[in-house]
Amino acid sequence: MSKPKVAFYWCASCGGCEETVVDLAEDILGVVEKVDIVLWPVAMDFKYKDVAALPDKSIFATLLNGAIRMSEQEELAVLLRRKSQYLIAYGACAQLGGIPALANQFSREQVLKFNYEDCPALANEAKTRPQAQFTEAGRTPHLSQLHHVVRTLDQVVDVDFYIPGCPPTPNLTKAAFEALLSGKLPPKGAVLAPDIALCDECERKATKPTDVAFTEFKRPHQGLWDSGKCFLAQGVVCMGPATRSGCGAACTSGNMPCTGCFGPTSRVRDQGAKMLSSLCSNVAAKDVAGIQQALAGIPDPVGTFYRYGLAKSLLRRRVDLPA
Amino acid sequence: MTKPWTPRIVAFFCNWCTYTAADLAGVSRLKYASNVRVIRLMCSGRVDPQFILDALARGADGVLIGGCHPGDCHYVEGNYKMLRRFELLKRMLVDFGIEPQRVRLEWISAAEGEKVKTVINEMTQQLQALGPLGMPQKFTAWDQELEHLAQAVQARDAAAGPCPTHAAPSPTPEVVHV
Repeated sequence: MSKPKVAFYWCASCGGCEETVVDLAEDILGVVEKVDIVLWPVAMDFKYKDVAALPDKSIFATLLNGAIRMSEQEELAVLLRRKSQYLIAYGACAQLGGIPALANQFSREQVLKFNYEDCPALANEAKTRPQAQFTEAGRTPHLSQLHHVVRTLDQVVDVDFYIPGCPPTPNLTKAAFEALLSGKLPPKGAVLAPDIALCDECERKATKPTDVAFTEFKRPHQGLWDSGKCFLAQGVVCMGPATRSGCGAACTSGNMPCTGCFGPTSRVRDQGAKMLSSLCSNVAAKDVAGIQQALAGIPDPVGTFYRYGLAKSLLRRRVDLPA
Repeated sequence: MTKPWTPRIVAFFCNWCTYTAADLAGVSRLKYASNVRVIRLMCSGRVDPQFILDALARGADGVLIGGCHPGDCHYVEGNYKMLRRFELLKRMLVDFGIEPQRVRLEWISAAEGEKVKTVINEMTQQLQALGPLGMPQKFTAWDQELEHLAQAVQARDAAAGPCPTHAAPSPTPEVVHV
């Protein structure tokens, strides 16, 4: 009997998710033993036309990481959806938009202008920008086009499961493979991680005050933090209360506050709004001036509360940009 | 004939003060713009910023929140919680490109039926001048860049004809726009 086929693909991502697959270490041997990999651009040489030639739904599962930002990524997402029984959004970018989705605060023109004209580290005096197609020596290559909007995978195609994290941990990845291969799957649309806030598994949980009252907010570089005390008690924005657990509290164990990469739990629709609500409610001041003074410690609310979730947020994008 | 556009305002009023004030405005037969849809909550402290963003995302042109005056909250602290959220939300909405006049917080006691009228009329006027926010239309416009590929795939499939190794085309479209 032939082994189930598995594909890995990357879109707008940094490669960290691929690293996690490699971080399975020896466990990857157990996975490779049970499956046939049919596409994995970062590690193996398969062509898109090989995938296109496969019968529909013949790939058992595709793990796709990265946000959808370019026409090529959109095309591959549609192709892999068609060829796969299970399409899994792997990592924060595919699930929520991730860091690339912060570009949803700017127009495509602003992004291109900065990167090809204004960036200080750039040597592009002719201000050349990539073209959709051009002719050189009788050949006409076509290049992928940048979309106006950065999207999550499920804003482009139907998604079966989500594995959260920036990047997802090897443990979650392994558990997901085990669930897939044994057929013990949760309902469609499930996030394959615990459905409880990060604080639940944070070792500082015991020091989380029940009556936290913020007089000021500090950013991580503005102090030396007590490694045994809840970050909120120290006045540092920690996204833990509005973020799903499952990472083993990796950041707080390393004395850095949570930045929210696992996204919200199933009870929350908009992670940023929920975190804003929770933090602000507990500001000590009762007058506008005092409140504003305390909140001045959060200079960039969008970048703080939607660091990984802007594409999946209720508003998705800065609303006055062209499309 | 289509009716001319007028703003749609979603209002979250607290049970103890502002909703009672709106009731008072009603029994006093005060006339005010019919552009608000009032949702009664037990306290302005119950207004989750998600409600405000969701209202805007679903087509509201503005959101009005009414609560008890500071010091008068039936639950002691609820209106302060709303005030603190509102201060940061206001700043964040500007970063999202949404005009600050679209979201408004007002303290209106149970006796201030007149204030319900002035606030609603004033806000309606301001939003009328600003024009529609139109988030649902924006979402549709943003997703038009996905239509091209969906059409190209369909055209290619139609040209290729039915293929024995391929499953029958699914009745639901593969490309979804959320």
